[in-house]
Amino acid sequence: MEIDLTPAQEIISRFKGQKKALIPILQEIQEVYNYLPEPALRLVSKSLNLPLIDVVGVATFYRAFSLQPRGRHVVTVCLGTACHVRGGPKVLEEFERQLGIKAGETTPDQQFSLETVNCLGCCAIGPVVVVDGNYHAQTSIRKVSKILKPLHKEKP
Amino acid sequence: MSPRKRAKKIASISDLQTLIAQQKGRRQMETRTVIAVSSGTCGQARGSLRLIEAFKKGLRQDGLQEKVTLKATGCHGFCEAEPNVIIYPQGIFYQKLEPKHVPAILSRTVLNGEIIPEFLYVDPVTGEKPVKEEEIPFYKKQLRLVLGANPLLDPTSLDDYFSIGGYESLLRVLSSLTPEEVIENIIKSGLRGRGGAGFPTGKKWEFARKQKSDWKYIICNADEGDPGAYMDRSLLEGNPHRVIEGMIIGAYAIGAREGYVYVRDEYPLAVAHVTQAINQAREVGLLGENILGTNFSFDLHIAKGAGAFVCGEETALIASIEGRVGEPRQRPPFPAVSGLWGKPTVINNVETWGNVPLIIEKGADWFASIGTNGSKGTKIFSLVGKINNTGLVEVPMGITLREIIFDIGGGIPAGRKFKAVQTGGPSGGCLPEKLIDLPIDYESLTQAGSIMGSGGMIVMDDRTCMVDVARYFLNFLRDESCGKCISCREGTQRLWELVTDITEGKGTMEQLAVLEELAVAVKEASLCGLGQTAPNPVLSTLRYFRDEYEAHIKDKRCPAGVCKALIHYSIIASKCTGCLACLRVCPQGAITGELKKVHVLDESKCIKCGACFEACQFNAILIE
Repeated sequence: MEIDLTPAQEIISRFKGQKKALIPILQEIQEVYNYLPEPALRLVSKSLNLPLIDVVGVATFYRAFSLQPRGRHVVTVCLGTACHVRGGPKVLEEFERQLGIKAGETTPDQQFSLETVNCLGCCAIGPVVVVDGNYHAQTSIRKVSKILKPLHKEKP
Repeated sequence: MSPRKRAKKIASISDLQTLIAQQKGRRQMETRTVIAVSSGTCGQARGSLRLIEAFKKGLRQDGLQEKVTLKATGCHGFCEAEPNVIIYPQGIFYQKLEPKHVPAILSRTVLNGEIIPEFLYVDPVTGEKPVKEEEIPFYKKQLRLVLGANPLLDPTSLDDYFSIGGYESLLRVLSSLTPEEVIENIIKSGLRGRGGAGFPTGKKWEFARKQKSDWKYIICNADEGDPGAYMDRSLLEGNPHRVIEGMIIGAYAIGAREGYVYVRDEYPLAVAHVTQAINQAREVGLLGENILGTNFSFDLHIAKGAGAFVCGEETALIASIEGRVGEPRQRPPFPAVSGLWGKPTVINNVETWGNVPLIIEKGADWFASIGTNGSKGTKIFSLVGKINNTGLVEVPMGITLREIIFDIGGGIPAGRKFKAVQTGGPSGGCLPEKLIDLPIDYESLTQAGSIMGSGGMIVMDDRTCMVDVARYFLNFLRDESCGKCISCREGTQRLWELVTDITEGKGTMEQLAVLEELAVAVKEASLCGLGQTAPNPVLSTLRYFRDEYEAHIKDKRCPAGVCKALIHYSIIASKCTGCLACLRVCPQGAITGELKKVHVLDESKCIKCGACFEACQFNAILIE
């Protein structure tokens, strides 16, 4: 699939191609494309006059960046300490079972990406799961199918 | 919300004085009822936005818009009771509300002044129903100096901040204090860094003040990465101007021209509120060139983190702002000498900056009168895990763990037994029940083998396995280690492997000895705080819970019933009522049985997912 690099170019121009803006540039590119496509990384490298290895280095160092296309729905399970002691790992296992993928993977139909995070700072209401930016409080094994159900229904 | 748009700059110090006086007057003259809906991230997760919509609709229908101000505030701190509202001027605290409760609140409480008992907090011990916020045991023992303004403020309104005397401390600083006097005040107050290490804030400022440089920076470290800690998020979401005011005062004191708020990407609401607040401050001339007509200039930017725990370390954070991989570097030189782009830089944590306006307002002596000998003021803790009253707790330094966990926190849920409290995040440790009367300050926690850290306090009961907790933190740390130095990169990995072996029943007593030896080596040989403190969770659990490690190794048993490889599920026949609940949820079809007959669990099919345990209402599932 051909990737339109116009939005990436616009983002780079808005930051005036400054090297120090590498991280915000990558953040905005990811917001547009949902991940960091290789051609965009090459463009960033060229425009900022940074070696590609440094750009990829930053893109792989920080957890928020993804080099793979992510699914239409992103399910993020919090595994902070408070969520951990309240059963977060069991909730994650249930998502893994129901979606048929491991944490960090995307379903073959590109519908779901399952991710984990080390703390969302909503520790009082754990275990917390965020789906497409919506927070679900005090989740449990049984709530997993309830969370996924409306998303399965949606037609792409 | 402010009804008028103000793009006009505040031209002078006296203009700011007038403006604050006007807004304070507005608050004093307020005759309307104010409904403050707790609407931080946790509140929103529990439905505060739907509640706000219902209030809006109700106010319209009842024609109450002129009589009632609806305010979406930051977090009120009592997260367990979300979504909650406080109705002023009476201060009535209603908890766990749903949109359907709104009409009753408007017609009975707002219009007729009646208290609705069903919406009040119920004390689980005494059964009493306190009406007001300050009467609830959770709030009673707290001293909410930093967080206390949250329920009073619309965090998106600068006028609201003015109306509680916001920016008065800046006003005092710019009109009557020299930078040296500001630093003297901060030193005298005894304020120490709230991010974890507890370095004296005033000393850090003095150090940076003395550096000769054409340009200096200040940074607010809002990369609150410790899992289990969220006080910085709450403060940035609920009262962003207070942090900004602290930063402007700090910039004046050390002579900084530019500053950054480095905030986690995982905190979208905090990013939004602090961005808006910075823009508001710039628009009225509290930031920018010649602030309030003086020759002091300072501006502030946002830098968003990208999800790396190590960036909470100051040199890694600086690297990240500079657009590089967040790897720490050797200190000295300290950032106060050579920091962001090689310039003198002061980095303080959100809560530290939030304390600065308070010290200027009430005086260094007043601040120093709170707390213990070495630790002054209050500290915000996030009280979470296996505890009844979860939430953000602000208490004077020196309070005991018992007061926090039992008086404020209301003890352990479901009648279970308190086992340990984990403080200080992955760099901290687990404190056992015998230390429950320990007064909390920087030194006492360090002596006990933990640290203050940013203030996470995760309570654990007898169903929490301490070996599993150690494994959890090691997994976190090996994942977050930046990889620069070998003792941390390989050390945390090997520590994790050793502890994982133990949790899987494959550990030996020899391995336990290796574990201890390696833990000390990682501590001593690592470059930055991450590696130097990474073994703390292992060392502290070994110190206080060695018997649990030994049970895993010698008896191949997990006493808390957590470690999967060592536990078995079965059904207690005498307790099973044959209700089919477990059978329905079992993903493996491992449970068979008929209605009203005792069910049977086939262990060969069981994957130990825990669904049956969660579903059973009769405690008939046995894990051992």
